[in-house]
Parts: sequence; C-alpha cells; structure tokens
Amino acid sequence: MSSLPAPDHPQPQSLTDLFVSFTLLALQGFGGVLAVVQRELVEKKRWMTREEFIEDWAVAQIMPGPNVVNLSMMIGARSFGLKGALAALAGMLTVPLIIVLLLALVYAQFAGHPGVAGALRGMGAVAAGLIAATGLKLFGALLKNVLGLRLCIVFGVLCFIAIALLRWPLAYVLLGLGGVACTVAFQKLKP
Amino acid sequence: MTEPLTLVFSLQDWFTLFLHYLTLSLLSVGGAITTAPDMHRFLVEQQHWLTDEQFNASIAIAQAAPGPNVLFVALLGWNVGLNAGGMLAGLLGVLLSLLGILIPSTVLTYAAAQWGHRNRDLRAVRAFKQGMAPIVVALLIATGWILASANGSSLKDWPVWLVTVVTALVVWRTRTHLLWLLGAGALLGWYGLI
Repeated sequence: MSSLPAPDHPQPQSLTDLFVSFTLLALQGFGGVLAVVQRELVEKKRWMTREEFIEDWAVAQIMPGPNVVNLSMMIGARSFGLKGALAALAGMLTVPLIIVLLLALVYAQFAGHPGVAGALRGMGAVAAGLIAATGLKLFGALLKNVLGLRLCIVFGVLCFIAIALLRWPLAYVLLGLGGVACTVAFQKLKP
Repeated sequence: MTEPLTLVFSLQDWFTLFLHYLTLSLLSVGGAITTAPDMHRFLVEQQHWLTDEQFNASIAIAQAAPGPNVLFVALLGWNVGLNAGGMLAGLLGVLLSLLGILIPSTVLTYAAAQWGHRNRDLRAVRAFKQGMAPIVVALLIATGWILASANGSSLKDWPVWLVTVVTALVVWRTRTHLLWLLGAGALLGWYGLI
C-alpha cells in the first residue's frame, strides 16, 4: 500500500490465478507459510515490493486472526477487492484443509514410528531458519525508513529481546514498543 | 491413553462451540495459536468434549501439514465432531470452528486494511507503517528463534541449531528452493542425525 505505485509491477491475472497461486503457496508451507509467501510473491512473481510486504505484514500482525490468512486476504484485495480477498483466502485454506483432515485420518498408523518424530523435528528446525531468513531479507527495506537506520536497529533489538528472550506477550510489545516507534515516526514525518 | 469420549450433542452444544470460537477470534492477536491455551481450557477441562491426546495431536498434525497453522482449529472441531457421532458430525465441527475463528477477525482486518489503503497519505497511517517496520522485521527473526528453541535448548541440541542457522543463511543468500531444504531437514531427522 505504498503511495508510490512501483513501475513494472506485475499483477495477478485473475481470481483463478489468485486462488491457484495461494493454493500452491500454502502447499509449500510446511511449518509456516510466511517464508514461502515472501519468496514467491515478492521475489519471484513481484506482485509486491519488500516495503509493501512489510506494511501488509504489520497490519496482519496487529489485527486479530491468523497472520498468514490476514496477509493473503490483503494481498488478494490489492488487485480485485473483496472478490480477490475471498479468492486468496479460499486458496490458502481449501486444499490444505482437505490434506490436514486426511492426515488426521492416517495419523494413528504413523504416530508410533520414531522416524516420523525425527523428521518432524528436522523440518521444524528448517522451518525456524526459513522464518529468520525472511526477517534478514526484509532488513534491507529499513534503509529507506524515516526513522533512520540507527533507530530502526534500536527498536529491532528491543523487540527481539522482549519477544525471543523475555517472552513477553506479543500484544504488549506491539502496543508498547510499536506505539513508541509510530510516535517517533509521526514526529519525523512533519508535513 | 485415556478413555475415548462419546458425546451426545444437542443443537445448543453446537451453538456453544461456534460462539466460543467467534469470541476467541477477536482475541487472537498474534495468530490463532495464541488462543490455544483458552481452547484447551474450554474444550478439554470445562466441557470435556476432547481428550488431552486429541488436543495435542490436533496441534502437532496441523503444524506438520502444509498450509496455515490455523487449521489446528479445524482439527479440534473435527475431533469434537467425531466424539459426538462420526464423520458427518466431524465435518460440521470443522465448519463451525473454522468459520467461528475466521469470520470476526477477517471482517475486521479487511475493513481496517481498506481504510488504511484509502487513507494511505494521512500522516498517522504513514507513521504507523514506518514505525512498525523495524518491529515487524525483528519479530520475524524472534519467531525463528522461538521455533528453534522449541526443538531443545541444551548443549547437546547443537545439531538442531546448526540446521536452523545454516538454513537461515542459505535462504538469505541463495535462491535454493525451500522444499529441498525441508526435505533435507526431514531426512536428517528421520535418520536420527539431529
């Protein structure tokens, strides 16, 4: 939702394109879809810039509801309004829902196998790295931030300490630290 | 294993289930998983609609499966339905729980996003986006950290952390397909190497 529309900004072709794209994204997202969304929609399809992705992700985080579901809805709405939002939402949920139900049906046969538990552990470790890398890649977008790089790093480090090390509730951090950061940004954006 | 549950569900009970998810939806800031403790309190401890095993398995399966993790809510509903009479009731449980957890939050988010888009030149809206950006980036790295520490944080767990760090560097610096990395992680885990 940048005020400057980026040049050569490809768009989803149709509602079907949105539905299929989000279905494929969701199906690649073991242990979290966010890393896949960033790689496919920002780096490959170029439907949105890094900055737009961060903006949407901020809203998706601060609003109630599953973050990735919120995000896909907002991306769908960028091109096709409410219909786009629903197409992206349906893509993100329909096929994965069917798969998860099938998995639940066969779960009993596989649960006892030690290899399965190990594989889940390995995939979990990789999934953790995927999410962290998504953050590292978006770091470059902060260079243009009105706060300046130094303040961005201060806010970022404080946020990491509060969430990862102190395990404070997300809502407090978003409201507290986020509120301060937005106030500073408001001051710096003098009209 | 605890005894399997057999429930008799009235229309009133289905409505209670739906209503509970509707209210949780608006509280789920930071993702549906943040309301999991309250779902456990309601479904397992208060109503006795699910066993502990069913609750934990629902979350584990949804996290292992592709797709958004919110689908654990659908599995909870599925299991409540199974306890209440079988597959058809299971599908009703899926429908009610998923719609309940999604409708309020998605309506609110959609309205907020549209408002923000229409007013994107307002100083307050621009300040929100600029101010939140460093927090959002740090949150992603923090999420990676939290997920990694769920795999173990003692010294003997170093191979798991190594896999996480190597993955982060590879994804950051190269264009390797993410599924290859997940497959490699699964293989390492399957053979007990990490």
